[in-house]
Amino acid sequence: MATQASIFDRLGGAPAVAGATEVFYRKVLADPRLCRYFDGVDMDRQIAKQTAFLTMALGGPNSYTGRDLRTAHASLAGLSDEHVDLVIGHLAETLRELGVGEDDIAAAGAVAASVRDDVLNR
Amino acid sequence: MLLTYQGRGYELQAGESVLDGLARHGVTLPAACRAGVCHSCLLRAESGDPGEGGRDLLKATLAASGYFLACLAHPVTDMTVAPAADDMITPAVLLRRRWLAAGVLAVWLRPARPVPFRAGQHLTLSRDGGVARTYSLANLPAEAARHGMEFHLRVYPGGAMSGWLASARPGAAIGLGIPNGECFYLPGRPTGPLLLAGTGTGVGPLAAIARDALRQGHTGPVVMVAGAAAASRVYWRCDPLNGRSGGPGIRWRTCLLSRGEDIAEVVTSEYARLAGSPAARAYLCGGAGSVARARRALFLAGMSLRSIQADAFLPMAPAS
Repeated sequence: MATQASIFDRLGGAPAVAGATEVFYRKVLADPRLCRYFDGVDMDRQIAKQTAFLTMALGGPNSYTGRDLRTAHASLAGLSDEHVDLVIGHLAETLRELGVGEDDIAAAGAVAASVRDDVLNR
Repeated sequence: MLLTYQGRGYELQAGESVLDGLARHGVTLPAACRAGVCHSCLLRAESGDPGEGGRDLLKATLAASGYFLACLAHPVTDMTVAPAADDMITPAVLLRRRWLAAGVLAVWLRPARPVPFRAGQHLTLSRDGGVARTYSLANLPAEAARHGMEFHLRVYPGGAMSGWLASARPGAAIGLGIPNGECFYLPGRPTGPLLLAGTGTGVGPLAAIARDALRQGHTGPVVMVAGAAAASRVYWRCDPLNGRSGGPGIRWRTCLLSRGEDIAEVVTSEYARLAGSPAARAYLCGGAGSVARARRALFLAGMSLRSIQADAFLPMAPAS
């Protein structure tokens, strides 16, 4: 099979993903079902993590590990599948606004969903 | 992990920072924030590796010279460390001081040698007895060269630094750390709006940033939101900063808790008045809670985090 450029590359690489991350993070923060998990969080550090998350979901170069995700989410009481679904929904909506096709959106959502058990610590 | 400091060895426990480990052995370093902001616990590695944490928040030039922050350092090897070299602390004297309002004091300090800084940065003052506190600069470098470096501080009764300064005599000796922080004006987008919002003594450094911007040829609108608990706490009205800076270029607006005004709502409405300009930049300075809420509000209103410079005043952290 011919190597196909990742969504990350086709979107425009790191600069484009940095912009997409702000759109995505804004959606997550504006969601009343999610925003409380971000209270007291340093926004500059958080957006660096969100960028790493988007980069991973879009098939870009990343060093995201399940262990990081487990540690980062371990103290968040009450996290459930619903929250993971909401985040993946905001990711899809972000990509849709940027003109990414539905197949790619589904692919990115599947990668994001692959870390569900790490995030939910199970 | 073995830490050698001033010729003596101290065992560090797993997970313990250099600052906490030394404290457990009775060695107290100056420390204020314990969060990497004040830089008062700066040390220099003579050998060994302090790990990433102790260097993350340092300027690259300092980190490359072996400096690290004891509060955040978890060494990955045995180390020999020394106090930051004397040139990290500049001796200074108190020139004069003036009450700006009840509980708010301005002090002017004359360093023994020039201390380069940008208006709005902060540095740590230290005095005898290992007392160190971080304050923001409230004047411009050219003014500081003539009249001394100006700081506005909230005076707490019995405050180890503020209370001392409130009664210290001109000529009293004080140490100045290295100015740092990213809350300062950079030229480059002279027509973009500037939105500055602060609470309490955060307003002094913001006013300095605004004046620095105008001095550097900024031509875009400048909006200054000054937050306080009540009108009686609005200290900058009796501050000559207002007279020096309140030209047509700066629009002042107060945000008073006593009137039920909220800093997050006020900055959102001011940003909307600027038509949500993508060229807008924001500077936030003051209490950590207010700064965090204003930053979140501006981000949600569409401002990029890269356009928001924030300097949150952290309370003194108790030793853990």
